Amino acid sequence: MSIEAKTKIEIDNLMVSASPHIRCDESISKIMWSVNAALAPAALFSIFNFGMPAFINFAVCIVAAVVTEYLILKWQNKPMVIGDGSAFLTGLLLAMNIPATLPWYMPLAGSIFAIAVAKHTMGGLGFNIFNPALIGRAFILASWPIAMTTWPISRDMVGKVDGLTSATPLGILKLQGYEKLVASFGDQATMYKSLFLGERAGSMGETSAILLLLGGIYLIYKGYIKWQVPVIMIGTVGALTAAFGGDPLFHMMSGGLILGAFYMATDMVTIPITTKGQIIFAVGAGALTVLIRLQGGYPEGVCYAILLMNCVTPLIDRLVRPVKYGARR
Amino acid sequence: MAKSFRGGVHPDDRKRYTASKAIEVAPIPEKVIIPVRQHIGAPCSPIVKVGDLVKKGQVIAEAQAFVSSPIHASTSGKVVELAEYPHPVFGACMSVVIESDGQDEWVEGLPLQRDWKTLEATEIKEIIRQTGMVGMGGATFPTHVKMAPPAEKPIHTFILNAAECEPFLTADHRVMLEQSERIVTGMQIAMKVLGVNKGYIGIEENKPDAIAVMNKACTGIAGIEVVSLQTKYPQGAEKTLIGVICGTDVPSGGLPMDVGVVVQNVGTVVAIADAVEKGIPLIERVTTVTGGAISQPKNLLLRIGTTFAQAVTLCGGFNEVPVKVIMGGPMMGMAQRTLDVPIIKGTSGILALSETDVNVGPERPCIRCGRCVEACPMGLVPSMLSILAERDAYAVAKEEYDLLDCVECGSCVYVCPAKRNIVHYIKLSKAQNAAMAAKK
Repeated sequence: MSIEAKTKIEIDNLMVSASPHIRCDESISKIMWSVNAALAPAALFSIFNFGMPAFINFAVCIVAAVVTEYLILKWQNKPMVIGDGSAFLTGLLLAMNIPATLPWYMPLAGSIFAIAVAKHTMGGLGFNIFNPALIGRAFILASWPIAMTTWPISRDMVGKVDGLTSATPLGILKLQGYEKLVASFGDQATMYKSLFLGERAGSMGETSAILLLLGGIYLIYKGYIKWQVPVIMIGTVGALTAAFGGDPLFHMMSGGLILGAFYMATDMVTIPITTKGQIIFAVGAGALTVLIRLQGGYPEGVCYAILLMNCVTPLIDRLVRPVKYGARR
Repeated sequence: MAKSFRGGVHPDDRKRYTASKAIEVAPIPEKVIIPVRQHIGAPCSPIVKVGDLVKKGQVIAEAQAFVSSPIHASTSGKVVELAEYPHPVFGACMSVVIESDGQDEWVEGLPLQRDWKTLEATEIKEIIRQTGMVGMGGATFPTHVKMAPPAEKPIHTFILNAAECEPFLTADHRVMLEQSERIVTGMQIAMKVLGVNKGYIGIEENKPDAIAVMNKACTGIAGIEVVSLQTKYPQGAEKTLIGVICGTDVPSGGLPMDVGVVVQNVGTVVAIADAVEKGIPLIERVTTVTGGAISQPKNLLLRIGTTFAQAVTLCGGFNEVPVKVIMGGPMMGMAQRTLDVPIIKGTSGILALSETDVNVGPERPCIRCGRCVEACPMGLVPSMLSILAERDAYAVAKEEYDLLDCVECGSCVYVCPAKRNIVHYIKLSKAQNAAMAAKK
C-alpha cells in the first residue's frame, strides 16, 4: 500500500461524535460479574452447608431471573442484555436471602416477581427504585410466611440439636432471650465463632460472615462499592444495639446484616449517588435494622430497612449534592 | 507534594509515542487552505483576490470587530481559489487557497529585530492583535482581547498553562524542552502587557524533564515560578488550573480575570515572543500527529493551512484503518469527518484513533454508579444532566443542576461503565437553553 493510498483508506467512514474519544474499560457487565464473583464463595459454602436443596434453590432463582429478563426484553423489543450479569445477580442475591428448604416454586415465584415487577415495571436496569432481590424476598415472605421462617440446621449442627430445623439466632433472641441464645451455642465465645464461620441456621447465603467479608473486601478493592456504606451500616447497628443494652458483636454478625450491608445497601442503582448521601443511607438502614430487631415483630430487619431507605433515595439525591467547584474556599 | 484538585481521571497518557521525538520542521506544502475564521469571534473577510501574488506573513483576511483576529499567508505564492472548504471546527468555512511558489518569501520588512523592553504595553497589544495571536491550546480566543481586561478587573497573576493534561499530546512538552528561553521571553512580554509581576508555569509531574528545563530557564528571572502539578486530567482546564495554583476558584459563570488571573498556553507565549521581537505573525505551529493508527507519530512544525492528509502523510500514513480522526486531544478534541481539513491556529494535535483506542460500545441506561460524580472537577452530577437531556428537561438541567458550569472536560464519559455520551447530552442541553433564551 502506497503512502497516498494509506491516507485515503476508509476516510468516508470516520466516526464523528462529541468528545471525549477515549473511555476506560469498565462496563456494566464487568461490575455485575465481579459482584457475582464476590458472592460465589459464600454461595458455594451455602451449598456445601445445606446440601442439595440449597443447590436447587440457587439454580431455580438464577435461571428464573435470567429467563424472565430474556422474555421481557424479547417482548419489549429491547437490546438483549441478559449476558450483563445483572439478572443473574438478582437471582443469586434472592437465593442468598431465603432458607434452603423452601419448595422450588416459592423461589421461582419470588424470582419472577423480582425481575418482572420490581425491575421491569420501573423501566429495567437503572430505573428500579427498590432492590429487586429484596422485593423478591419480601414477596415470598408475604406469600408464604411460615416456609420463609422455617430454617434448616446447618451441616455441623446435625446431631447437636433436635430435629432438622431450628430458629435462627435472632429468632431465638426474640422469642427466648439472650441467655437461651448463648445456651443454644454452648457459650459466648462459641457463639461468636459459629456466627463468624457460618455454623448456624439462617438464609442460604447469610450464614458465613467471613466469606461475605472477603467478597466485600474484593469489591471495595475493585472500587465497585465504597467502604463507607457497609462499615457505617454495620457500625450503626453495633452502636445502637450497645446503646440499648444489646450484644453489639452478636447483632453485627447475625441475620442478614453483613450480606445486606456489603451487597444490597451498596446496590448502586437503588442507593444515593454521592458518598455523603450513601453515608446517610447507611446510617438510616442501620438504625431501621436495630429498630425492627429490638422493637418490631420480626426478628430480622435488614431487608425492610434497606427497602425503606430505597424509598428515600431520590429525596436524599435531591438534597445532598456534591460540593461544587468554587464553593469550597 | 504536587498540587492537585478534586475529581479528575487518570487515563493512560500515551505520550510515550512522541514525547522523546524532537520537533520536525515540515516541508512547505504545495498548496495551503487557509480558513478566514480560526478564532472565537467575528469571522474575517478575505482582502485578496484570486490571482493575487502573496508573500509569507502578508495579511490575507481581516475583520473590523474587536473580538476577532486577522489571518496571514503561511507561505508565498498565488491565490488560486476563494471558496468554502471543510473546516475542523465550523464544518465549512470560506478559505483562501494559496499555491506555493516554493520560494517561501517573507513579506517586505519581515522578520525584523525589536527589543520588547523598549515597547509600551499598548504598542505590544497592538502587535499581538495585528499578528493574529489566538489561544493555541485549542480554544482559539483572540489573545489581544484576553490581554486587555477591563479596568475594573485588575490582574495580579499570569499563569502559563503548561500542564498539557490531554493524553497523547506532546507539542507543548517539546516546545518547553526545545524553546524554554523563548517561552520565558514570551511570558515576560505578556506580564509586562498585563502589568503583573507574578507568573507561574504549571507543569504536570509526568514531564520531569520539562520541569527541570523550565526551572533552569527561569533562574535569575524575578517573579516567575515553576509549579509542579499532579498528573491528573483535567489539570490543565483553566478553572482547575487556577484553583490549584492560586487557591482561588473562578466564580460560577465568571472568567479568570474575575479572580485577577490571565492564563495562556505554551505555544501562544512563544508566538507572542516571535511576534513582538521579530514581527512574525501566527502562520505556523507545533502539532502532535499521533494515535494508534498513525505509522510514525511525530511532533511537527506545520504551516497553517496544511491539510490533515498532508500531515498524516508526513508521518508515514496509517498503519491501520482509523475509526476516528480528532483535532486536539482525545478528551476535548473534535472528531473530523474528512482528512481534507486544514491545520488552523488551534490545532494542537491530530489523532488517528484505532478501534481499540476508542472503546465506544453501545450506550446503556445510567446505573447510578456515581463514578461521574466523583470524576467531575466542577462538582456537578453529570449522570443527572444526561438523564434530564434524555427527557428534554433542559431548563431543569440549567436551573437545578448547574448545567452551565460544565466545562465539558469529558471526565464523566471517560469513567462511565454504561458508555453514556454525557458530554453530548450536555452540549445539546446548552444549545437548547441558548435557543430558548434567544426566543424570548
